[in-house]
Amino acid sequence: MDYFAQQLINGLVLGSIYGLIAIGYTMVYGIVGMINFAHGDIFMIGGFIAMISFLVLVSLGLTAIPLILLIVLLVSMVITALYGWTIERIAYRPLRHSFRLAPMLSAIGMSFVLTNFSQVSQGARVKPVPPIVTGGYTLHEGPAGFAVQLSNIQIVVVLATIVLLAVFTWLVSRTRLGRDMRACEQDQTMAALLGVDVDRTISMTFVIGAALAAVAGMMYLLYYGLVDFFMGFVAGIKAFTAAVLGGIGSLPGAMLGGLAIGLIETFWSAYFSVEYKDVAAFSILIVVLIFMPTGLLGRPEVEKV
Amino acid sequence: MSGDPILTVDRLMMRFGGIVAVNALSFAAERRKITALIGPNGAGKTTVFNCITGFYRPSGGAIRLAHDDGRTMQLERLGDFRITKQAKVARTFQNIRLFPGMTALENLMVAQHNALMRASGLTLLGLLGLPSWREAEQRAIELARTWLDRVGLLSRADDAAGNLAYGDQRRLEIARAMCTEPVLLCLDEPAAGLNARESGGLNELLLSIRNEQGTSILLIEHDMSVVMEISDHVVVMDYGVKIAEGSPQAVRDDPKVIAAYLGADEEEAIAVMESGT
Amino acid sequence: MSATSARPSHAAQPSGSAFILKKALISAAVALVLFSLMIGIRTEAGPQGGLIYWTRFGDLAALVGTVFGGSIIIELLRQWWGPIDTDHIVPKPVQAAMSFAGRWLAPALLVFAFLVPVIFYNQRYILDLSILVLTYVMLGWGLNVVVGLAGLLDLGYVAFYAVGAYSYALLATNFGLSFWVCLPLAGILAAFWGVLLGFPVLRLRGDYLAIVTLAFGEIIRLVIINWQSLTGGPNGVSGIPRPTLFGIPLDNSDDGLAAKLGIDFSPTHRIVFLFYLILAMALLTNWVTIRLRRLPIGRAWEALREDEVACRALGINVTTTKLTAFATGAMFGGFAGAFFATRQGFISPESFTFQESALVLAIVVLGGMGSQLGVALAALTMIGGFELFRGFDQYRMLVFGIAMVLLMIWRPRGLIGHRAPTVYLERNQAISSDLVKEGHG
Repeated sequence: MDYFAQQLINGLVLGSIYGLIAIGYTMVYGIVGMINFAHGDIFMIGGFIAMISFLVLVSLGLTAIPLILLIVLLVSMVITALYGWTIERIAYRPLRHSFRLAPMLSAIGMSFVLTNFSQVSQGARVKPVPPIVTGGYTLHEGPAGFAVQLSNIQIVVVLATIVLLAVFTWLVSRTRLGRDMRACEQDQTMAALLGVDVDRTISMTFVIGAALAAVAGMMYLLYYGLVDFFMGFVAGIKAFTAAVLGGIGSLPGAMLGGLAIGLIETFWSAYFSVEYKDVAAFSILIVVLIFMPTGLLGRPEVEKV
Repeated sequence: MSGDPILTVDRLMMRFGGIVAVNALSFAAERRKITALIGPNGAGKTTVFNCITGFYRPSGGAIRLAHDDGRTMQLERLGDFRITKQAKVARTFQNIRLFPGMTALENLMVAQHNALMRASGLTLLGLLGLPSWREAEQRAIELARTWLDRVGLLSRADDAAGNLAYGDQRRLEIARAMCTEPVLLCLDEPAAGLNARESGGLNELLLSIRNEQGTSILLIEHDMSVVMEISDHVVVMDYGVKIAEGSPQAVRDDPKVIAAYLGADEEEAIAVMESGT
Repeated sequence: MSATSARPSHAAQPSGSAFILKKALISAAVALVLFSLMIGIRTEAGPQGGLIYWTRFGDLAALVGTVFGGSIIIELLRQWWGPIDTDHIVPKPVQAAMSFAGRWLAPALLVFAFLVPVIFYNQRYILDLSILVLTYVMLGWGLNVVVGLAGLLDLGYVAFYAVGAYSYALLATNFGLSFWVCLPLAGILAAFWGVLLGFPVLRLRGDYLAIVTLAFGEIIRLVIINWQSLTGGPNGVSGIPRPTLFGIPLDNSDDGLAAKLGIDFSPTHRIVFLFYLILAMALLTNWVTIRLRRLPIGRAWEALREDEVACRALGINVTTTKLTAFATGAMFGGFAGAFFATRQGFISPESFTFQESALVLAIVVLGGMGSQLGVALAALTMIGGFELFRGFDQYRMLVFGIAMVLLMIWRPRGLIGHRAPTVYLERNQAISSDLVKEGHG
């Protein structure tokens, strides 16, 4: 029972990170109808920028952990958001009304660019960072000496996710930008005719998605204490799986899907085999798409004849 | 209703969630006759079509097709492509669905897929280029040529379907449906978007399909000049139920029909009353 | 679909040096922020395990300067050229000449391909490269059946390549079966996996299909890595037998081909043999595909790409049609995989990553979907271009990614932008790719 509770905590934390990435996929898919293949790599870039800025801040002699965290968070969100903006501008916008496969390949190309850019610029070796947020609580001491731990970093990850999700939900449901985004999702031509700046709205979608991915990257760095240039690929596919599982286009769905994938992966590793945890996640994707093509919270698509 | 129905729709129901699109609709289409299904927008006509041609699975009721040789088939149990392949029911679409990147001739060749598949020995004999396959292919090309000629598109045979004018595309779609050699041809608003001369041509084409091929036709149409001129029997729907049926003249004078159209759309009601006089 | 109509036209774009300068400054500022930490600061795990860093502000300044200069040059070129379109870059007469040359290009390429081992007999490097290019031509042609003809987006094609390679490797090393027995088996096994994958996923459309095939490719790779007892895991399979000329080995031994023919042995014999082997396999793929296009099944594939609903209304069994496309493509991938295994003599999961799938897909799309000649040209360009960067190994994938983005922006429809009809009455005229659909499944 204790073991189970511990895995539940671990799974929820991992799921929060996936959920944050998944939101970026779901938003972009909702608004431009393409899988932003480079999104996983944006997450990786976010992790790198958090790692570098953390290193610089510490070497400058800053010691207040909350202040460091806040600065790192802001820096990585801003810079990574600019990456999202630039990528949309360079690789996707010229292809927006093109042949469907072209933006997809352009996105795959962009993913290679980002992966190899960070490999070339920062080297291929894994970058470890010392634990930044330490300490935690023991929730329950089991008889066999197994204790259920809840570390501070886990609390930070979950809290950050909840806060961001709240802000983000407010953004989409209550602001002008959110309304424009929903309008573009429904019908871009009509939105443009009604005075919505479609280009700007799509740009903002990428910016917000990238900023959330940056948070996920930073949380990953804090939680696992390392980043490497290849971490975007698998995390990206899993986050996409999460977005699909939740119902693509649905924001709460993305978060729910993220949590589900995080839990599945953690429990699979804990009870079956660590080696096949990715196989499990991908198999879930296939099974979900076959039996629930619209995901948990997605809108059903009616076939028009 | 007497005689020899090819298609019998019996208490057909179609629900989408809580909405009843078609409610206990029963009618029959006579063999070698043209039956028109009319009604105001949103009456459920296309839904009926989609049930007959297997794109929707009806929520209830039965759709029976009786072949010339006496075999009958329950269309609602066949579903999907088997309705065309086995029951020999072909259809066209309200918003033309050709293969735009293929030539007119290729479109008609695709329509003969099942016959050609058999002739090509499920591809294997065809891959080897056996004479039997070559003959079958030649026959298929000849059939396609005949239909291109019938719809007046022989000179456009090697042009991409997507490059044809709107009216030509409509006729090509009918020719394509006929290349599946159907016993029942279902046309969803074949005259939509055609000018007067083109819809006159369409009338002739449909009559010749009925008279020469002996194919029964079921059509949805808004253009009353087409309906009144060529239909042998008219079924009127409104809000998912049948409100009248009979000969074109009888239906035209039916006050219920006029009311349905007036209630829905004044212009259409006037069109009903004025056309054919 | 198009929101362009609702926006002001691009004709009213401002020009003048102030505009160019402003644009360049903005680009440079963006570049400065983007690269500030990633380029300006280099991190590395230090000797004690902790991270150390050093600054590279010189590199950063140089890069930002390049972006600034590059932006000015691009903007000047754009204003000098006007809107980018083919007519502008390639004058009409040249286009006409090219289309004339185009008719002779395929036979000329074919003749050249046959002569490659004769011309470059002593240049091992070129022979090896040609074999590599032909392998990708074959993979491209195989995937073309799925993506180009049937319009089904497959991002996991490498899985079938892997199945083919491992089928041959394992059958040959464990049971001693010869290449010629294993080749069809590898194709059949790959086709079997194609059907196995196809069955559940064929109801999916577009991007969903893409992501599921991607996941499938990854699953196969992960299983290969983890099923160590069968596949040797990350260490791969080594000692895979070399192919024989119908039983006659191409080696230095007494019953080798050289000895039998009474000529001096040379390792180049084997390379030349491999070259003609893959050439023959690729040409077979091409021949079968061209044949299939003219058969009802091939036409049904293309019709499926054009409009699936219409196919159903014509009595075409969409499921089996898709499955045959998947199986056919997978089978060719399996053949190519078996060839790869026998050529390398060693295979490991590293050869079957997503990058390979993306590369083959890029070849198909760049070639112009459905065009056999286009795929061959694209494979030549991509693999050849890739080789140019052999010296700068770490920049290779970076450049490849950039090239992919630029090529898509330059020619979203690929090199060969038209479709040849499969049957005609009088005129065999090409169909503009603007009309050809790309499939949604």
